[in-house]
Amino acid sequence: MIARFSALVALVALASGTTPREPHRPAGGTISGKVTFTGTPPKAKPIDMSKEPNCVTQHPTPVTTEDAVTGPGNSVRYVVVYIAAGDQGAAPATDTVRYDQKGCQYIPHVAAMQVHQPLTIYNDDPHSHNIHPLARVNAEWNKSQPKGAPPIRTAWDEPEFIALKCNVHPWMHGYFAVLSTPHFAVTDSSGAFSLSGLPPGKYTVTAWHERFGTQSLEVTIAGSETKPANFVLTARPY
Amino acid sequence: MGRLFAVVVTVIALVSAAIFALHVWWLPPDISAHGSRIDRQLNETMVTAGILFVAAQLALGLFVWRFDVRDGMPPRAVKTFPGGVTPLVVLAILFVGIEILVLTFVGSKVWASVYQTPAPAEALQIEVEAEQFAFYFRYAGPDGKFGTMHPDLMNDATQNFFGLDPANDTTARDDIVVGTLVIPVNQPIDLRLHAKDVNHSFYVPELRIQQDFVPGMVIPLHFTATQTGKYELVCTQLCGLGHYNMRAYIEVKTPADFAQWLKAQAATS
Amino acid sequence: MTHTTAHPPAHAQRQSFLRKHVFSVDHKVIGRQYLDLALVAVVTGMVLSWLMRFHLGWPDTPVPLLGKLAPTGAAGGVMTPEYYLELMTMHGTIMVFFVLTTAPFAGFGNYFLPIHVGAEDMAFPRINMMSFWVTLLAFLVLVAAFFVGDGPPLSGWTAYAPLSAVGKDAGPGQGSGQTLWAISIGIFCIAQLLGSLNFIATTLDLRTKGMSLARLPYATWAWFVTAVIALVAFAVLLPACILLILDRVAGTSFFIPGGLVISDRLQPHMGGSPLLWQHLFWFFGHPEVYVAILPGFGIISQILPVFARKPLLGPRVFIACLVAIAFLSYTVWGHHMFLSGMNPFSATLFSVPTLVITIPAAIITLLWIGTVYGARLRLTSASLFALGFVSVFVSGGISGFFLAQPSTDIYLHGTYFVVAHFHFVMGVAAMFGIFAGTYFWFPKMFGRMMSETLGKWHFWLTFIGVYCIFMPMHYLGLAGNVRRYSAFTDDYLQPLIPLHRFITIAALFTGAVQLIFLFNLIRSRLRGPKAADNPWEATTLEWSTSSPPPHDNFGGRRPTVAYGPNEYGVAGPAGRDYVMQAAAQ
Ligand code: HEM
Ligand SMILES: [Cu+2]
Ligand SMILES: [Cu+2]
Repeated sequence: MIARFSALVALVALASGTTPREPHRPAGGTISGKVTFTGTPPKAKPIDMSKEPNCVTQHPTPVTTEDAVTGPGNSVRYVVVYIAAGDQGAAPATDTVRYDQKGCQYIPHVAAMQVHQPLTIYNDDPHSHNIHPLARVNAEWNKSQPKGAPPIRTAWDEPEFIALKCNVHPWMHGYFAVLSTPHFAVTDSSGAFSLSGLPPGKYTVTAWHERFGTQSLEVTIAGSETKPANFVLTARPY
Repeated sequence: MGRLFAVVVTVIALVSAAIFALHVWWLPPDISAHGSRIDRQLNETMVTAGILFVAAQLALGLFVWRFDVRDGMPPRAVKTFPGGVTPLVVLAILFVGIEILVLTFVGSKVWASVYQTPAPAEALQIEVEAEQFAFYFRYAGPDGKFGTMHPDLMNDATQNFFGLDPANDTTARDDIVVGTLVIPVNQPIDLRLHAKDVNHSFYVPELRIQQDFVPGMVIPLHFTATQTGKYELVCTQLCGLGHYNMRAYIEVKTPADFAQWLKAQAATS
Repeated sequence: MTHTTAHPPAHAQRQSFLRKHVFSVDHKVIGRQYLDLALVAVVTGMVLSWLMRFHLGWPDTPVPLLGKLAPTGAAGGVMTPEYYLELMTMHGTIMVFFVLTTAPFAGFGNYFLPIHVGAEDMAFPRINMMSFWVTLLAFLVLVAAFFVGDGPPLSGWTAYAPLSAVGKDAGPGQGSGQTLWAISIGIFCIAQLLGSLNFIATTLDLRTKGMSLARLPYATWAWFVTAVIALVAFAVLLPACILLILDRVAGTSFFIPGGLVISDRLQPHMGGSPLLWQHLFWFFGHPEVYVAILPGFGIISQILPVFARKPLLGPRVFIACLVAIAFLSYTVWGHHMFLSGMNPFSATLFSVPTLVITIPAAIITLLWIGTVYGARLRLTSASLFALGFVSVFVSGGISGFFLAQPSTDIYLHGTYFVVAHFHFVMGVAAMFGIFAGTYFWFPKMFGRMMSETLGKWHFWLTFIGVYCIFMPMHYLGLAGNVRRYSAFTDDYLQPLIPLHRFITIAALFTGAVQLIFLFNLIRSRLRGPKAADNPWEATTLEWSTSSPPPHDNFGGRRPTVAYGPNEYGVAGPAGRDYVMQAAAQ
């Protein structure tokens, strides 16, 4: 129950586009904005989970693919926005990132974290999953987590966007965005993000999306101000 | 001790055989057009093999009972088997030989009817892609044509299980890809089996059908289901950690239901 | 038995401890080393099977301590599916190669074949020593796979490509563990090739005076025929393993076709054939099951007459059947591949010799049963296991009829019916052969008798136990229960779980019973009653020398053979009912 509740908290916090530890940072500048697209995005496809009846019953309305989630006003969800250059560096984060497998879905679809930040992966389903991060820079691994097995505790050593898959349920697909900066966010369902606690300086802000590519902007922060940064990514239907 | 052996062997043989004979555990009911012939072949083999099994075990038990030397028995001379070795050899060659001939003649016909005859022309074509650890099925869609498969485009993340190229290949745009094999009853089904990564196998006990998927090969397989209902298709060729969980459901529908289902799918894809 | 055993003082040359007990060229020491290796291997394999069986009965229940032993494979004591498959692969590989090839063939064969033919040693003693150490090396390489970072292999003892060939993309167990597997089996092939050559040369060239082929004891006939089979079979597996290793480490594509996408990655291979591996493997694999079982045939045919006190029925027929099986064994490999995607027409072709091979097998079985007829049967641990062998061999052989026909194999292939079949013939029957051989020859090898009481308990509990384990697996197979599954999550398998639990309990029980055997082995070796030279009143040459035999087997005087091995139930000298092969001196 407690685990469920904290999962929910983590989920809400992550979905709202800020990482839970953001409030503890010293005051500073903030960069916030929105990610949108031009062009035609692919259609969200319904996911056929029929091989795992457990998961079918968990989703009264069928879930759809999350590799390109768009919203009103051409907003794009699950874009990782982070400081790619200009960062003065900070102590590595020590709070744990929680990642869940529930109803044969990865929750959240994209989890951003810092290098060496503790990551804990839970299986909340009454059956086995395998977790297969398709890392190329970091060490790749692939391991089952049966029902009743303890959570997997791990961390990543190098910055990398790591695709994640479950071979047992081939539709299960997510990303770990491992970043060297402590300043990052994942856009919410309205495409919004906000990076706060930035000391004065000149920054390169990068937006990364698994299908729509990356885009960078230069932003200068002078004091405790809020600067806008809006990204427009190009979408293709296939 | 010899009596004990005889009793134990007899009990084992009879109990084992009885469980077979009473069908305590048995094949699920057959729902395929060809299956009854496989079942007949299996039953015939079961009867003859069962007789051989029980006869051999009982003979062994009986002889051990009869010829064991117990304490205090008067010494007696040994006897050779009546008639010596020749009748045994002749018996074995005749009995087993005839058995083999019969099984081969009948059995190879059954085999040939499933695996050596092409599917009838009116069969419904469905492509099957097996991968670690799921099956996906593809119907040609309204245009009746399958889009070409491009391994380099295969991607589970975007649900492009068959590596279709809808951007350039118009025949691929309306292909229907699903995770459940839905088929009409009493219509021949003609599958093409593709393996994306390693060996898998297509096994549906009720359909009395099994065939490996082999990477690099496209293997045809055809059958006709004769009863509506929901069944399980499972993988029987070791394919990795999720082998035990590699399955799909098969839904056999009436032709009307099937047509309706197909239409609904075409609308969404 | 005193007439041939006036042994001279311990064989002349003085040897260092190492030379005598470790790097010995004495075939008897080497035979015992093989048997000791097989004992270590069988205990390992059995413990693995307990873990597997427990998991199949109760997949979600943590196993105490296992979480500590295998923190990756069984975090918190709950086995992952891959760990189950890894244990299964190691179990199968260890059992087939390091128990069933090592004990009845290399072990007993090494010890007794030279004595049976009246030789002082093998034809090439140094090569013989080498073949043992190479076998041990192969075993160590295999066991090392337990300790490598990416875990033991999981593609089964058959290591089907491309799963076994493509490397880590295909999931856990496809890293260095799988490479070690291929290296280990390759090394093992070399050892067996050396060993087989030695067996063949010794049988053909070192027979003592009077030991014509017709007078060879039946176990030696079987070892000889087995060696011929092994020579060809391992000579095919060795290159197959080399090609597999190359695919894995050198980027070749012998077994890997183009266009494979594994875990969303297009593989950099093209042009290979997965079926090629299957053909090569089974060209070895089918003869290999005869390598496992034919020595058992020989041992049983040698033991039954001793305890029946009458000659083996139809000895020439027996040998003819052995030879027929050896030839046919090369023509049937395709019966493992009916559904593999090879041309379906060839299925019919492969099924015919497969069915034909049941004729010699059936004849041999009838010979054994016919030998019991009219016997003066002495039931000892050895003869009980020999009779048990006949029973389990019948049980396992019968199910072969179903799997030999493509039409019924459609349904049964890949199910527990197959597991039942090969465990009865290859597992249990071969093990019974080893047990019978052990109870029979232990007095000769160690000069002490084993406890008959313990031996009989061991027999009864094991005999009933193996039927409880393996007979129900046929029923599972008929119900369509797929093999190599680490859990039974399919809807149609749910009703079978109680039967799986029954099997698991029977397996744990039968496993525990083997402790009686271990205890008996160790205690008898230390303080069993002293054995006479010929405690069972048998005819073959090992029983004319002392227990244990001296270094050169016959104390400096090679025996002259005057009779066949089958002289039981006759009016022998001094009122005995048998005549020994060695002419009285
Ligand atoms: C204590 C007795 C034994 C038990 C309880 C046992 C149990 C098992 C089990 C549970 C499996 C896995 C079946 C599956 O998941 O498909 C298996 C596989 C196997 N066993 Fe045994 N076994 C025993 C003895 C033996 C012996 C003596 C042999 C020697 C031939 C043997 C050879 C094999 C082989 C070759 C496999 C197949 C492995 C594979 O699929 O790659 N087993 N055994
Ligand atoms: Cu999963
Ligand atoms: Cu599979």
